[in-house]
Amino acid sequence: MSWSELTAPYAFEFFRNGVYVATLAGALCGLVGCYVVLRNMSYIGHGLSHAIFGGYAAAGLIGVNLFLGAGVWGVVTALAIGGIVRRRPIGSDAAIGVVTTASFALGIALVSRYGSPGRSADSLLFGNVLGVTASDVWLVGAVSLVAVVFIFFAYRPLLFTTFDDEVAQATGVRTTLIDTLLMIVLSATVLATMNVMGVTLIAATLVVPAVVARMLTDSFSTMLVIATVLGAISGFIGMNLSYHHDLPSGSTIVLVGTAFFLLAYVAGGRLRRRAGTVAHAH
Amino acid sequence: MSRSGTVDTALIVADRVTVAYGAEPVIVDVDLTVEPGDMIGIVGPSGSGKTTLLKALLGGIAPRSGAVTRRADLSVGFVPQVERIDWNFPVTVAECVGMARAKGLRTPWISRRERGEIDAVLDRLGLNGLGSRHIRNLSGGQQQRVFLARALFTGAEVIFLDEPTSGLDVKTRHEVLHLLADLNAEGVTVVLSTHDLNGIATHLPTIVCLNRTVIGAGAPEDVLVPEVLEQTYGSPMQILEHGGMRVVVDAGPNASVLPFQREVGA
Repeated sequence: MSWSELTAPYAFEFFRNGVYVATLAGALCGLVGCYVVLRNMSYIGHGLSHAIFGGYAAAGLIGVNLFLGAGVWGVVTALAIGGIVRRRPIGSDAAIGVVTTASFALGIALVSRYGSPGRSADSLLFGNVLGVTASDVWLVGAVSLVAVVFIFFAYRPLLFTTFDDEVAQATGVRTTLIDTLLMIVLSATVLATMNVMGVTLIAATLVVPAVVARMLTDSFSTMLVIATVLGAISGFIGMNLSYHHDLPSGSTIVLVGTAFFLLAYVAGGRLRRRAGTVAHAH
Repeated sequence: MSRSGTVDTALIVADRVTVAYGAEPVIVDVDLTVEPGDMIGIVGPSGSGKTTLLKALLGGIAPRSGAVTRRADLSVGFVPQVERIDWNFPVTVAECVGMARAKGLRTPWISRRERGEIDAVLDRLGLNGLGSRHIRNLSGGQQQRVFLARALFTGAEVIFLDEPTSGLDVKTRHEVLHLLADLNAEGVTVVLSTHDLNGIATHLPTIVCLNRTVIGAGAPEDVLVPEVLEQTYGSPMQILEHGGMRVVVDAGPNASVLPFQREVGA
């Protein structure tokens, strides 16, 4: 493929917007995803995106701003899961399963009965580059800025709470506030990236770059940097591939991330074997 | 340490503290005072409420009744059981120590001044040069010291340790004990929980025997007596003197357990 063929889609504004959003969204999900993975919350990322779909549909039905309604719904869902786990002898995985699938089912029922508000149900579920507008770019940019500011100023309490919640709380860190703010940022991230990634694949963009970064480093700060860069690269390459091969943007971005995962998995195994051989020789 | 004291001189005063998870109380009517320079070991059987009492003193758990009063500006550190640590978490020794300074607005990165302080505390605990190493890639004693360093980095006046020698070999256990004694001599108040009567508790200046409530508190020679230990552990115990040290041995009917033997001719 020639350079002109590669750059041809950049003549279209919708594609440029798609690339901006996918790259930013990939970086944002990579960054926030580190906390999701290290807190063993991978399933909540998946569940939250499904729950937000229900909020999106319900907000459309009652005439509330779609993003505001879906965002509030997402935060309420996350807090409801936490509340159920604290008040009843139910594991968090089961609580997430019940609450988020119920919300997703409600969304499907509402969309089937009253139609999809704003965008088609397919593009919400699987992502669609054609649906990306300039306002999506601004939305993802704004959420990214908020997430970066939050992580910058709350870096140490976030790390302490993620690593050792009990000790952090015992030594005076306001862990409940930190957890709540992180859930709000996570909900906003899912909401902002829904158009490009699609509800069903957002969890992968949250989890895959963070998992790859974890395989490549033992340092938390380095993991944040690698996951952010890897997420951005996956988004950029994925969007370009999706255009040239006529594939859904969300699934292509996830497949690029999966390729990085396989590379890191193989490279990590070889590095470990080599380190083991060196250690044995000593 | 005394079982009742005044907030004027004390760092922490627990006054008739009862803590419950659900309906069943874990500790009942506990009185305990932590004075500056104390080195206190809380001993008792599994499920006696040792960790719960530590958390109540720290302020991590609100008592159902009674009150825990801490000096207003008291700085505390907590060293958890090593079994509770996620050793696969991506964190280096320096990052682990640095995360403890988490209050107020701070930059994500460790400043040059903080780096110097971290190096100093790592040096003090014999961990110099290990700042960039992952916490998993350390010996058991070094791992325990990293979490002590984290507590010291906050400038903690009182350090609480939950079973600090759990899972450590005899040599490492002694190292940790000596380190705690050195820190105590330098002015750090130490409160720890342990189930290890002979390895740890008998070496401490003050012991609190706990079984849901305080059974006895004071110097080892006053507390490590058969009556208090039997009431604490629910089983008769004997105290032997060996080389000037007190050794606690099980004196119950099942104390003598024969080794398993293969039947001859089976």
